[in-house]
Amino acid sequence: MSDVRMFDSRPATAVDAESPLAVSNLAERARRSAADPGVTLRERAFLGHLILRGGAIVLDEAVREVLGVSLPARPGALVHDADGERSIQWLSPDEWLLIVPEGEAYTLEKRLRDALGDAHFAIVDVSGGQTLVELSGPRAREVLMKSTPYDVHPRHFPAGKGVTTTFAKATAIVRRPDEELWELVLRRSFADYCYRWLVDAGEEYGLAVEESGR
Amino acid sequence: MFHIYCPYCEEHREEEEFHPKGQAHIARPADPDACSDAEWGDYLFFRDNPRGIHHELWVHAVGCRKFFNITRHTVTYAILETYRMGEQPTITAESLASGEKAGNVQAASGGQQTVGASDAAVASVKGAQA
Ligand SMILES: [Zn+2]
Repeated sequence: MSDVRMFDSRPATAVDAESPLAVSNLAERARRSAADPGVTLRERAFLGHLILRGGAIVLDEAVREVLGVSLPARPGALVHDADGERSIQWLSPDEWLLIVPEGEAYTLEKRLRDALGDAHFAIVDVSGGQTLVELSGPRAREVLMKSTPYDVHPRHFPAGKGVTTTFAKATAIVRRPDEELWELVLRRSFADYCYRWLVDAGEEYGLAVEESGR
Repeated sequence: MFHIYCPYCEEHREEEEFHPKGQAHIARPADPDACSDAEWGDYLFFRDNPRGIHHELWVHAVGCRKFFNITRHTVTYAILETYRMGEQPTITAESLASGEKAGNVQAASGGQQTVGASDAAVASVKGAQA
């Protein structure tokens, strides 16, 4: 057990949290959604985001123990656990992004720290620093093609891949959990700008915005 | 635009994702206190400015954020290879001068690109040097 002090960044008794898109007026845009949308945007706010750093071999053992999946060792790999709710993505040779359902980040961090003991590693809860936006629909890929120089053709970007790249002249993580869905992990400070970009880029295909509930 | 192969991401990415960081393979003096001012100043401030092969440090700033090395030709701008930190280049000014080919770029001893240039142009350049 390491002696790092931890705190729950989202304790149950906390005051209301705000998503980075709280200022973006999603509800208003959602009311004007297209009837037969080519692209659908949905924010998945308040997920737990953890950055995991360290050697792949040590981390792999702990991740297997705690999440039951092995650490994706290949560059750009993205894997999900059995029920598809938790994901791990390769970000760099010694860095991974873990995304888990709301409220799980703190317990997960604790369990990982216990499993890792005094190994050389770092875990940082970045849940408050970024948010996830889902992009779906038959024209979703075309919106991405307008937004990033990265090749999103299925031949080059199969399901189970994720990359950090330039997006709308800002930075975002672009992921493809399955054939039908794209995910964007947006930095808090870029989120509103990227959301507005997506609305602008998606308008011509018929755009629907779904509210994330809060 | 360059299309640069990141040896850590193991794929080509747009130049926009990278930043150049100057000359590669500059070793910090093991014992700075024992350095003369000239040696320390050389380490801090003085860099090569070759015509031809240059080994450079780059960072994949929007991506894996790792530093790595690029061997680049300063005349043709051709990127001859990229390799990870701690590794040594397989293509150097010496290896090219000894006649080895790297991809489709072959440099003359003076660093001019000779493949793709007309014989007359090469001859005139060589003549100018002689
Ligand atoms: Zn990279």
